[in-house]
Amino acid sequence: MTLSTAVLDSRVMVTRSVRRSFRDPEAFFTALMLPVILMLLFVYVFGGAMNTGGDYVNYVVPGLLLLCAGFGAGTTSVSVAQDMSNGIVDRFRSMPIHGSSVMVGHIVASVVRNLIATALVIGVALLVGWRPTASPLDWIASIGVVLLFVLAISWLAATAGLLLGSPEAANGFSMILMFLPYVSTAFVPADTMPSWMRGFAEHQPLTPVIETLRGLWMGTPIDHQAWIAAAWCVGILAVSVPAASSLFGRRTSR
Amino acid sequence: MTYTVNATGLRKTYGDHVVLDGIDLAVATGSVFSLLGPNGAGKTTLVRILATLLAPDSGTATIAGHDLLSDPLAVRKVISLTGQYAAVDEVLTAEENLLMMAQLRHLPRKLARQRVEDLLAEFDLVDARARRVGTFSGGMTRRLDLAISMIERPELLFLDEPTTGLDPRSREQVWGTVRQLVDDGVTILLTTQYLEEADQLADRIAVLDGGSIVAEGTAAELKSTIGGELLRIELADLESYGRAVAHLSPERTDERLLSVEVPTDGSPTEIVALLARLEREGLAVRKVTTVHPSLDDVFFTLTERSAA
Ligand SMILES: Nc1ncnc2c1ncn2[C@@H]1O[C@H](COP(=O)(O)OP(=O)(O)OP(=O)(O)O)[C@@H](O)[C@H]1O
Ligand SMILES: [Mg+2]
Repeated sequence: MTLSTAVLDSRVMVTRSVRRSFRDPEAFFTALMLPVILMLLFVYVFGGAMNTGGDYVNYVVPGLLLLCAGFGAGTTSVSVAQDMSNGIVDRFRSMPIHGSSVMVGHIVASVVRNLIATALVIGVALLVGWRPTASPLDWIASIGVVLLFVLAISWLAATAGLLLGSPEAANGFSMILMFLPYVSTAFVPADTMPSWMRGFAEHQPLTPVIETLRGLWMGTPIDHQAWIAAAWCVGILAVSVPAASSLFGRRTSR
Repeated sequence: MTYTVNATGLRKTYGDHVVLDGIDLAVATGSVFSLLGPNGAGKTTLVRILATLLAPDSGTATIAGHDLLSDPLAVRKVISLTGQYAAVDEVLTAEENLLMMAQLRHLPRKLARQRVEDLLAEFDLVDARARRVGTFSGGMTRRLDLAISMIERPELLFLDEPTTGLDPRSREQVWGTVRQLVDDGVTILLTTQYLEEADQLADRIAVLDGGSIVAEGTAAELKSTIGGELLRIELADLESYGRAVAHLSPERTDERLLSVEVPTDGSPTEIVALLARLEREGLAVRKVTTVHPSLDDVFFTLTERSAA
C-alpha cells in the first residue's frame, strides 16, 4: 500500500463525505443556525446578568466557538457510527483501500463544516458588537489554534463513533461534547464555581484552548495556556489517529 | 484442479452459541459454489469470514493462494463482495456510487467513466443515474449493488443472497449476469435461500445446518442421496389406500391425499410391472404420476433436525 494510493483513496472519500454533508439539509441548517441562535442567546439574554468585566460578547466568543465545534464533532461521530452500521462499510473494508481513508473523508468533511460554523460565529459576533484587539499575527495564530482544536476534536469524535458503533450511542457522546464547555471558562470565569467544579473546569482541555483564543483576540494573559492547549490537541491526535485507523481496518470479532 | 477457496476448520462462536463448528470448504476455480441453509445457519458469517471482515475463532483459509489471516490485503485485491444487505451510499446518486467505487479500484479516470456508463446500461439504471439511491426500489438498489461488484472482474465474487427481494424478471437478469461472469472465469461463492437458484447456477452445493456442512455435492448427487425417482399413486378410497400402504412398501404416504410414493428406477419395465401389480391387487387407483426429488426435498430432509 503506497502513499499515493492512500492519497487517492482519501481524496475519493473526502469527496464522498463532503457531498454527504451538504446533502443533509436539515443537519446542515441546524449547524448554521446554531451559532447564530447561541450568540443572540448568550449576548442578549444571559449577557446582561454576566459580570466578566467589559462587554460579555468580548468574553464569550471563544466559548461559543468551541460549543459549535462540539456540536459539529457530534455530527461527525454520528455519521461515522451511521457508516459503521451500514452495509457500505463492509464493502469498503473488503476492498484493498487504505485503512484510514474512510476516516480521513469524515475528518475533512468535519473540519470543513466546523470552519464554516467558525466563520459564522465570528461574523455574527462582529455584528453584535465584538471588538477584538488582535493584530494580524494574532489572527493567524488564532486560526491555527482553531484548526488544531477542530482537527483534534474531529478525530476524537470519529474514534468515538467507531468505538460506539451505533448512531444512538454516538448521539450520547455528542451530548457530552456539547456539555463540556459549560464546565470550563467558556461562559463564566472558573473562580465563580464551587471549588470541586473549579478544579475540573481549570484542568479540562477546553479551558486552555479558550484562554489562548481569548488572549489572542482580546489581549488577556495567555501564559502557559497555549502550550497546554497544544499538548492536549496533539495528545488527542496522537491517540485517536492510530486508534481510528486500526479500529476501522481490523477484522471485527462480532 | 485448483481451488480458489480452501478453508479448513473454520469455527466461530458468539458466547456459547456455536455458529460455525469447523467448516471445511473447497471451491474449485471457475466454478459456482452455493451455500444453502435455513435462516441463521451461518451463511453470512462464513462469507464475512472469507471476505476478511470477521475474524474466525480458529481455522484457516486461503483465497486464490493468499492466506486469509496473514495477508488480508492480498485477499481484498482479488475478491468482491455483494453482501446480504445492500452496500451502497444512499445519499449519493447511482452514478456517484459507481464512480466512487471505480476510483477506489484505482481505474484510470477515462476507463472509470467508461465502465460506469457500461454498467449503468447493463444494469438498466441509465434513467435513474442521477437519482439518490435512497429513493430506489429494493430491486434497483440490488442491481446497483451488483453493478458495483462488477466494476473490476474479481477472481472470487461473494454473492450473499443476491436475489432476495427481486421480482422474477430481475432475478433472471441477475442469473444471466452470474452466468456471464462464470464464462469470464470468475469463481463465485453464492448463498441463497432459493433452492431453484442453486439448482440453476451452482456446480456444487453445500448444505449448511447447525454450524456444519451436512451434505455437499452436485445438485444431482444431493438429490440422489434422498432416493431416486418415485411413482406417486393416488388411491380412490381409504380401503385401497390401506392396502397400498401394507403391500407396496412405499417410501412416503399421505393419508389425507390418499397417496403413496413408491421408489422405482424410472425404467419402463419397472413401471409397467408396478402398474400390473396394482391391477392384480385390485386397488382402486385414481391417478399415477412420477415425481423427481427436488432440491427442496433434499433441503427439507437434511435440515429437518434444526426445524424440529
Ligand atoms: N454479532 C453477533 N452476535 C451474536 N450472534 C450473532 C452475531 N452475528 C450473527 N449471530 C448469530 O449467528 C447465527 C448465524 O447468523 P448468519 O447471519 O450467519 O446466518 P445466515 O445463514 O446468514 O442467516 P440468513 O439466511 O437469515 O441470512 C445466527 O443465529 C445469528 O443470530
Ligand atoms: Mg445471511
